Amino acid sequence: MTDRSGASRRDFLRAGLAGSAAALASGTLARAAGPDPAITELQPWMTELGEGVDARPYGKPSQFEAHVVRRNVAWLTADPISSVNFTPLHELDGILTPNGLCFERHHAGIAEIDPAKHRLMINGLVDTPLVFTMADLMRFPRENRVYFLECAANSGMEWRGAQLNGCQYTHGMIHNVMYTGVRLKHLLDEAGVRTNGKWILPEGGDASGMTRSIPIEKAMDDCLVAFKMNGEALRPEQGYPLRLVVPGWEGNMWVKWLRRIEVGDEPWHHREETSKYTDLLEGGKARRFTWVMDAKSVITNPSPQAPITHGRGRTVLTGVAWSGRGTIPRVDVTIDGGKNWYQARMDGPSLDKSMHRFYFEFDWDGSPLLLQSRAHDSTGYVQPTKDELRAFRGVESIYHNNGIQTWYVNEKGEAENVEIS
Amino acid sequence: TPAAADRLGLGRPALTEEIAAWDIDVRPDGQGLPEGRGDVMTGEGLYIDNCAVCHGDFGEAVGRWPVLAGGQGTLNHEDPNKTIGSYWPYLSTVYDYVHRAMPFGNAQSLSDDDVYAITAYLLYLNDLVEDDFELSRENFAEVRLPNEENFFMDDRDEVELPAFTREPCMENCKETVEITARAAVIDVTPEDTAARERRAA
Repeated sequence: MTDRSGASRRDFLRAGLAGSAAALASGTLARAAGPDPAITELQPWMTELGEGVDARPYGKPSQFEAHVVRRNVAWLTADPISSVNFTPLHELDGILTPNGLCFERHHAGIAEIDPAKHRLMINGLVDTPLVFTMADLMRFPRENRVYFLECAANSGMEWRGAQLNGCQYTHGMIHNVMYTGVRLKHLLDEAGVRTNGKWILPEGGDASGMTRSIPIEKAMDDCLVAFKMNGEALRPEQGYPLRLVVPGWEGNMWVKWLRRIEVGDEPWHHREETSKYTDLLEGGKARRFTWVMDAKSVITNPSPQAPITHGRGRTVLTGVAWSGRGTIPRVDVTIDGGKNWYQARMDGPSLDKSMHRFYFEFDWDGSPLLLQSRAHDSTGYVQPTKDELRAFRGVESIYHNNGIQTWYVNEKGEAENVEIS
Repeated sequence: TPAAADRLGLGRPALTEEIAAWDIDVRPDGQGLPEGRGDVMTGEGLYIDNCAVCHGDFGEAVGRWPVLAGGQGTLNHEDPNKTIGSYWPYLSTVYDYVHRAMPFGNAQSLSDDDVYAITAYLLYLNDLVEDDFELSRENFAEVRLPNEENFFMDDRDEVELPAFTREPCMENCKETVEITARAAVIDVTPEDTAARERRAA
């Protein structure tokens, strides 16, 4: 062993510490092989002055968190403009998604809109077609609501079998934030929906001109026109300055850069509800208007991007669960591939159509694990296995895959996306 | 005093010209179609100039760009080919979408007549009309796409919810467990080098 510098001695000490910790039996406190240089040596931040309060007018995460980013899978789409990226679920905790990490799905890229030039029009079967400025919208009564937004295609690459290695990729087309906005009902009432107005058509202001048909009952119930997320203005990639919020329903309907809402007596059957966002079943027929996102969950740690690195002993398993039909009162987890299940510990706010956080603490004996989570929602619906879904749908429906996810954890703590019998 | 009236008096009436500028949507019953017409041969020229670079000379697509023609009879096969001819239910969707969002990167650059002509050419590429066909607002509703009848309203509430609303097994639920598929074998996940190095440190 070369021993010419303090650095290599420190490295040697650190390696020794890690080795002895891994060898310890569960339940025994680790014993230091020697003094820890993180304690015995002065670190720069203990002696030097840090940056002042004017150095970071809009703060960013620590440089040591630079790997916590949205990621793209280039081969999924023809180009990165009409494409999707993924929220790093395995690096997050709690239930709120930081704005800068919320996954993106665009059909014509990010529209950069000057709010002074943004308008919202309401037309069609209304008494008075109206135009609102952003300033007008700020004068309506506001509401604050936490909702998950899940892409209909989340987990869609997994219909045929285990494909992508990491919950960021298999489950990361989702985010959960607090929206501030105005009830869509208030805006529609202002225009006066006629009795034959049965559907609305929200339309985006970007170059894809995104449109979807939504029944008037949903529009009048809990839809919001939102201008803030987690307290600050929407990010451009999330529809700045205005987006539609359609609680519990597939993300495609949450039209960004919202510029117009038409009221009609029939659905429009536009591209995003015919060619796309229809679910082809075995036999060649297809479901249309599959709006609700069913109950779903995933273990975020351990997972392929977040292996167990501490060796055997006390281990925290955690994950997220959500349902478009209500809350999640219960999540079950298994560590033996479904032979035996345990109720996980729910922690944090339980809000309607929002993400929920669950934990399961256990002593890992170092043997391989087959991890699964199973969400129960407030209607009594229990998350199905992938095979149970395939029995109803086949493997070509692309969207709405809420099947139970399995992670295989080997003796080294490394995790892999698998399917099991 | 708090606002009490249903209407708050916010916003202003939209003008006819403003509604005309933004309301371009088209429905299957033809509502929203503008005056105009275009034939297959005119559409071929427009398609070659504006569309073929991504969608291919015959609608077969370049790379991962969408396939527009072919695929009839593949919907119940492995790897179904979902095109306008094989999958889309309504011709109105073709007109509406091309008009509002295509060409990709130069949206809303096609005239009403251009869109009629390109729509006619897409019907021709899908073997649904002859090469002398002209499409117009008047004959639009007569054209039906082959797959219109094969869509049905979401029936999960009736078909799936009864099966998935249950008290599941908690103990001794199965004798054995086998791994049947592995993502690592397929190996198509992007490498996360920075995170891996950080974890190893």
